[in-house]
Amino acid sequence: MYSILVLVGLSVLIFIIARILPGDPARLALGPFASQEMVARLRHRMGMDQPLYLQYVAYVGGIFHGDLGLSFQTRRSVSLDIAHYLPATFELVLVAIIWVLIIGVPFGVLAGRYKDSWLDNISRVVAFVGVAVPPFVVGLIGQLIFSYGLGILPTTGRLSLLTPMPPARTGLLILDSLIAGNFSAFGDALSHILLPSLAIAMTGIGQITRLTRGSVSDVLGKDYIEAARAFGIPNRYVTFKYMLKPSFIPPLTILGLTFASELGNAFLVEQVFSWPGMAKYGIQAILRKDFNAVMGVILIIGLAFVAVNFIVDVLAGYVDPRIRIQEES
Amino acid sequence: MTADESTFSSVGSEITVTRWASFKDQVGRSWYRFSRNPISLAGGSMVLLVIVLAILAPYVTPYPRHAGSFTDFLSAFQPPSQSHWFGTDEVGRDVFTRVIFGYRVSLMMAAVVLGISVPFGIFLGLVAGYFGGWIETIIMRVTDIFLALPPLVMALAICSAFTPTIEKAMLAVAAIWWTWHCRLINSITRSIKTEEFVQASQVIGSSHLRILFKDILPNCASAIMVKITLDAGFVILVGAGLSFLGLGVQPPKPGLGTMISYGSQHLPMKWWLTVFPSFAIFFLILGFNLLGDGLRDMLDVEAEGV
Repeated sequence: MYSILVLVGLSVLIFIIARILPGDPARLALGPFASQEMVARLRHRMGMDQPLYLQYVAYVGGIFHGDLGLSFQTRRSVSLDIAHYLPATFELVLVAIIWVLIIGVPFGVLAGRYKDSWLDNISRVVAFVGVAVPPFVVGLIGQLIFSYGLGILPTTGRLSLLTPMPPARTGLLILDSLIAGNFSAFGDALSHILLPSLAIAMTGIGQITRLTRGSVSDVLGKDYIEAARAFGIPNRYVTFKYMLKPSFIPPLTILGLTFASELGNAFLVEQVFSWPGMAKYGIQAILRKDFNAVMGVILIIGLAFVAVNFIVDVLAGYVDPRIRIQEES
Repeated sequence: MTADESTFSSVGSEITVTRWASFKDQVGRSWYRFSRNPISLAGGSMVLLVIVLAILAPYVTPYPRHAGSFTDFLSAFQPPSQSHWFGTDEVGRDVFTRVIFGYRVSLMMAAVVLGISVPFGIFLGLVAGYFGGWIETIIMRVTDIFLALPPLVMALAICSAFTPTIEKAMLAVAAIWWTWHCRLINSITRSIKTEEFVQASQVIGSSHLRILFKDILPNCASAIMVKITLDAGFVILVGAGLSFLGLGVQPPKPGLGTMISYGSQHLPMKWWLTVFPSFAIFFLILGFNLLGDGLRDMLDVEAEGV
């Protein structure tokens, strides 16, 4: 309910930005040589001669039919365009989240468990560097070292030119190539996604590592851990049975924010790697003032953010019974 | 003068003297804690170095004229050397000079964005937290809408409506940045307003404004200071991203993100065009982050959202 409110607010905000601020979309679509009459006709066809609130109602009505308007740039429906570009971005961000989870979380647990060891110090450096380097810089330096320098990774795109696309099932090349049993395409897709996904994940890895570390060291100072130790419960058992689950809660709750920041990073990284995704499409739309496309992309991102936060809330309730009880009472 | 000496004078001045002494004492202690922490000291010196370089840019750079639309095609694409530390770009301008001038733009961006958005966010956060009720609901729900998008995407959306210039980019980022400060101050205010000194102030009939700005705001000061320092790095990061995408600093003006964007077209052979501006951004942002982290330890800020 509450997330729906956020989405409605977001759509109003974006609508205001797109329609009230200077620049006539009809004029931009037709170019400087179109006659006044043609512009007026297009404005009428797009419903732009109607009062603003009616335009908004029409726009929202369209959303429920999956209609986000026409893109001036590609001359296709925005929903088709987004459906075409979304899987590439989704794949990229998904792999980036996996990096955050398999690098950031274990690293944070070890750093918190062995506080002030060399591991902890490395995690501190990783966190500072991860947050301080812009994602496009990570991408470019990665390209410079691994693609141009060592020649072991491809520079741009999702697949090599010579690799045939696996038949589209999910739109995610890694999965599609696996489903088709095409392991050379799988390896190719994997080597293409490695650098961009890591570039996107850097910030998140830094943040999650520090947060996990802090939460692990908090939990380790709790009385019940002390009690478990005093009872002579083996260390391994204390770690896996009593320490891990409660320490995962703080990192889990900010996973939604991490996801959002990764979507933002995708706007920079897709540009670096010529990744044919939604963010690259969105940048083109923004540079060419293709308002319907801009609004469509932003709404999809808002929707994704709301959905991810919902999932995170459910997961948090699952991991932490205290949250569940609080909500029920 | 110590507190004992001042007991001879009137009561009022005694209070001011002890206050001054305790303030000096506090500053001394804070400085001690700050200076014992090598990380914050390193961050502080990095930020200070960049600020001094940026202010003195016309005097410390070897070719100040290269900051604009200067061309010297004969010396284009020179690799780093004695006369050009960071090499030269596609029209023969000294990259080192342009990096230092680029710092000016980045620091200006941080100052303008935070200068506009922080007071606005603080005010709304105070009002929302103090009055509560429907005022708080409205203000905080609006911040939720802004927070539903990554800052870069939101800034991109706002930028899309304008012709891209660095000034517009600053306004766009400022238009979203207040929400973070609003949330921070709101949560602090909510916890402070039930404290006894606030209730006492209410009982003796202080106006709402006085309570907000004289009683509650000073208690947010350290959290705000830490947040601003950390934010400066983050704003510079977002600004570099906007410039990289062509929506921030426009050539021939030197912006770090713009320079990287142009330099990346000449990878891998002209690597210096990308590597040095990249390192420059990293250096400045790292400085702000280290400094902010040190300040947080020094001021003992444990507030939510910092």
